[in-house]
Amino acid sequence: MTENSVQSAPAPEGGDQLSDELLQSVVEVARAIFGAQASSVFLLDEEAGELVFQAVAGRGEGFLVGRRFPASGGIAGWVVASGEAMVVDDLADNPAFDRGLAESTQYVPDSLMAAPLVHGERMLGVLEVLDPAVQSRSSLNELDLLALFAKQAAAALRVVADRRRLAAARGGLDPDGRQTALYLVESLQRLLETAPA
Amino acid sequence: MTATTQARERPALTWRLVDRTPAELPVVADGERIGPEWAWGGATGRSVRVCIVDSGVERDHPLVGPVDGSWAVVKTAVGGLEIVETEAGDACGHGTACAGIVRRTAPDCGLHSVRVLGEHASGTGEMLLAGLRWAVRQGFEVINMSLSTTRVRFVEELRALTDEAYFRGSVIVASAHNTPVESFPWRFASVISVGSHHEEADPEMYLYNPLPPVEFFAPGQNVQVAWLGGRTIRSTGNSFATPLIAGLCARILSKHPRMTPFQLKNALYLSAANVRAGTGGAQ
Repeated sequence: MTENSVQSAPAPEGGDQLSDELLQSVVEVARAIFGAQASSVFLLDEEAGELVFQAVAGRGEGFLVGRRFPASGGIAGWVVASGEAMVVDDLADNPAFDRGLAESTQYVPDSLMAAPLVHGERMLGVLEVLDPAVQSRSSLNELDLLALFAKQAAAALRVVADRRRLAAARGGLDPDGRQTALYLVESLQRLLETAPA
Repeated sequence: MTATTQARERPALTWRLVDRTPAELPVVADGERIGPEWAWGGATGRSVRVCIVDSGVERDHPLVGPVDGSWAVVKTAVGGLEIVETEAGDACGHGTACAGIVRRTAPDCGLHSVRVLGEHASGTGEMLLAGLRWAVRQGFEVINMSLSTTRVRFVEELRALTDEAYFRGSVIVASAHNTPVESFPWRFASVISVGSHHEEADPEMYLYNPLPPVEFFAPGQNVQVAWLGGRTIRSTGNSFATPLIAGLCARILSKHPRMTPFQLKNALYLSAANVRAGTGGAQ
């Protein structure tokens, strides 16, 4: 991965307990099935051109959620741009693997599997599995299995996105905004009541 | 189920070969008894230009060697797309990996790159189309596309473009998607589509698939590929099966420069490891 830096970001906004549990279970099951050191789901923030750690199991579980990194390069970036899954090995001793992101997550993997999270035609993010068990590496069957999990994760991510949209629609104005809106509605009503016929 | 409904059923989508050995997939063909030696024996790809439509190619990578031209699709100030020469190299390593396999297979071919990925996280369908259109109109003899799009709104434009390439004599070698989903342009008959098989012993062994749309299976599992920084990694996927076939196309065309795309596909078919030309013509 060639991502150069990880910027700290607040915990994901608008997440609720059910959505978080759903995503967390996806990464935990992915980690268990592949016998991996870690598994993560990244949400794509298209406007910012960034990927955001949305759920993490294993290494980095306690502190990575909410962190962001550029989605324009690296293996995760290629997965987002191409919509294709990818499996790479031999990373740990390889200078070609830019450790900017990996080191900032306090874990540099030797092997990485990444699959796009797609719903319909929409790219939602990436599912990554770091250091799967040796028998799970570089095999076409494992790529299929990863794709199956990615499908599940995409559905979960879609639930998160929908819930956020709903929450935003419900709470579109802050208390001051709502007070102002109420005042405007009352004023309009008074105007209508007093206006000449 | 009636015979009619059976006939209407589409065959299952095959995009890779993992459950059978080449010996279990025999294809008896009519046609001349040509094989690899006739098709590309002694050829190195000289005088054939191969264009890698991907994330860019790292210059002077030991497994890639000279890159004769590097271009990129970029957004213009007014929101359009244009193709510009670039020194930017490779955004992630994927294009370099493909270029390395082409170079290994056809060591004397001319290598060119047009970068359609890596600039932005979205909008890649338009960039892919723009890059492919440019490559077709440059007249590259072989175009490697280890990429596809699932977006159906691009299908008709892509189909017209691959037809244009076919009639202009540019061979598009396109990866099937890594997962069993419909994507394009590998689904079109005008391109040479490639999926993976899991045999690792012979890096040049490829098969014809008697159940298209994926027409050929080439090594795609645990492949040693060029990567950024002049290094290599091992990777898995149809992306790395495709450039082997692109490289073989370059060798075939360097030996038989007047071949049309349909003749080239026939030569690949008759030279596949599991195809045995039977009668040599009608009986």
